[in-house]
Amino acid sequence: MMLSAENLTVRRGAAKVVTEASFALEPGRLTAIVGPNGAGKSSVLAALAGLLPASGKVMLDGRDITTIAPRERARTIGFLPQQAEAAWDVSVRTLVGLGRLPWRSVPGRPARADRQADESAIEHSLQVMELESLAERPVSHLSGGERARAMMARVLAGQPAWILADEPLASLDLAHQQRLMGQLRAETDAGRGIAVVVHDLATAMNRADRVIVLDRGRIVGNGVPDVALNETLVSEVWQVRVQWTGDSGHRALIVI
Amino acid sequence: MSRLCLVLSGLIALALPLSLLAGRVWIAPWAEPVPHAATILAELRLPRGTLALVIGAGLGGAGAAMQGYLRNPLADPGLFGIAPSAAFGAVMALFLGIAGIPLVLPAFALIGAGGAMAMLAVIAGRGGIGMGGGIALFTLAGLMIASLAGTLTSLAISLSPNPFATSEIVTWLMGALTDRSWADVWIAGPLTLAGLVVLWSTGRSLDALTLGEQAALSLGVQAKRLQWCIVLGIGLVVGAGVAVAGIIGFVGLMVPHIVRPFTDRRPSSLILPSALAGALLVLVADTFCRVLPMATELRLGIALSVLGAPFFLALLLRLRRTLA
Repeated sequence: MMLSAENLTVRRGAAKVVTEASFALEPGRLTAIVGPNGAGKSSVLAALAGLLPASGKVMLDGRDITTIAPRERARTIGFLPQQAEAAWDVSVRTLVGLGRLPWRSVPGRPARADRQADESAIEHSLQVMELESLAERPVSHLSGGERARAMMARVLAGQPAWILADEPLASLDLAHQQRLMGQLRAETDAGRGIAVVVHDLATAMNRADRVIVLDRGRIVGNGVPDVALNETLVSEVWQVRVQWTGDSGHRALIVI
Repeated sequence: MSRLCLVLSGLIALALPLSLLAGRVWIAPWAEPVPHAATILAELRLPRGTLALVIGAGLGGAGAAMQGYLRNPLADPGLFGIAPSAAFGAVMALFLGIAGIPLVLPAFALIGAGGAMAMLAVIAGRGGIGMGGGIALFTLAGLMIASLAGTLTSLAISLSPNPFATSEIVTWLMGALTDRSWADVWIAGPLTLAGLVVLWSTGRSLDALTLGEQAALSLGVQAKRLQWCIVLGIGLVVGAGVAVAGIIGFVGLMVPHIVRPFTDRRPSSLILPSALAGALLVLVADTFCRVLPMATELRLGIALSVLGAPFFLALLLRLRRTLA
C-alpha cells in the first residue's frame, strides 16, 4: 500500500499554491509536512486526500485516486481538517460516530453486525483519545483541546489505512501534544500511514520518520528529519538563523 | 422507529379523529345525529385533515433537511426561492383568470416551482469536485430567485385586471386549507411523499456536513449529488405544498427546533420526527382555525405566523440564556 503524489499542482484562482509536488507516503510511517505560512501545506494534504481539484496524479495503491468511489476512498483515507467545526451541538460519542459514516451503505439504521462494528470502533477511539469520561458531553461544553481530541477520535473511528491530519496539535497544550504524537505513533505501529501538518519544527524533528518541507508551493526538502530539516535549509526557508541542540530524538531549535 | 417517532405518531392518531369532529358543525358520536354527517366527514373534513398532515409533514421534514444542509438553525425551506416561485405560478393562474378550471392553479404552481428548481440546477451544475462554489453561493442564488419571484408577484397584483382578482390573489397568498378536496390530496400527497423520501435518503451526507464541507467530502459525501437531491426533495415538497395550500410559513423553521432537543441532534435523526411533528402542528393549527368563532375563517398561514412568531422569539431567548 502506497499513497503518492506525482507532479501535483493545485491552483487557487490564478495562483499556483502547489507546484509539481512529487512524493510518496509509506504505511507504518509518520510523515511531518512543514513549511512557513502560505507554503501550501494544507493544499497538499487536501489534494492528497482527493478533496481538491489538482493536476498531476494522486495514486492510492497503484490506482488513480479520482477513479476510486468516494465512499471507498473515505474508508481508506481519514482526513482531519484544520478547522474543528461542529455545526450541531452533538455529544462527543455522536461526533466520533460520524467517522463511521463511510461504512454505511444504505440510509437509515444499520444492520446489527455493522452497529456492533461501529460501537467497538467508537469505544476504541474514545479510549485511545482519553475521551471516555466526556463521551456524553455536548461538543459546546468542551475546551479547545478536548474538542481537537474529539475531532481526532472521529478520524480514528473510521479505521482508515491512512490518516492525513492538518495541524492536529494546534490547539493542544504541551502534554496533550506529546500524548497525541504518542497515539499517532501507536497507529503507525499498527500499520497505518500518517501525514501531519505541524508548525513546531522540533516536534517534526523528534517525532517524525520523515519530513517534507514546503516553500511557496514547492517541495524543498524530503527525507529523514536530520537531513530534511538541516540548519541551512531551515534558515533559508524560514529566513531565520537557527541551530539545533541536544541529542537525536531530543533536539531543540534555537533561533540565533 | 425511535420512541420519539412512536409518540408523535400516537399523538397524530389521537388528533386526527378529534379534528374530524370539530368545526362549524360539531359531529360527536354521542350527541344528536347531524344531517349529512357522513358527507361532511368523508368529503370535507377527512381530505382537509389528510392534507394538513401532508403539508405539515412536508414542511417539517424539508425544514430539518434544509437546516442540516445549510448547517444553520435559521434556515427554512423557503430559502431557495422555490416556495415564492410556486406562489408566483399560482398567482399567474389567478391573474389570467383561468384558476377556475380544475387543476390549472396547482399545475401553474408546480411549473413555477419547477422553474426555480431549473434555475438552481443551472447554478448547481457548475463547479468541480467540491461544493460547486460553496453552499453560500448557492443559497444566495436561491435568495435572488425568491426576491425575483416576490417582485413578480407584487407586479402581478399591481397590474391585476380587476379588484376581484387582486383580492383573490392576496387571499390565496395567505395560505389555507379551506374547502380542499381529495383531488388536492392526490396532487400533494404523492409528490410530498416522494420529496420526503429523497430528503430522508440524504441523511448520512447531512450528518457528515456537521463537520464542515471539507470533512464531509473526506467522509465520502458527493457534493453534487447531495445538492441535486436537496433541490429535488425541497422542490417536490414545497412545490406540492404551495400548489394546494398557498404559502404556509414558520412550520419549516419552527418544527426542527422543537424536535431537536429530543434527538441526538444529528440532521438524519431529525428528518422523520420533524415530518411527524410538522404534520401534527399543521393539523392542530388548522383545526383551531376551523373552530374559532369568527365571521370568516382565520387563514391557516396567518394563524401559524401569529402562533409561531412569539413562540420562536421565546425559544431564541431561552437558547441565548443556555448559551450565555
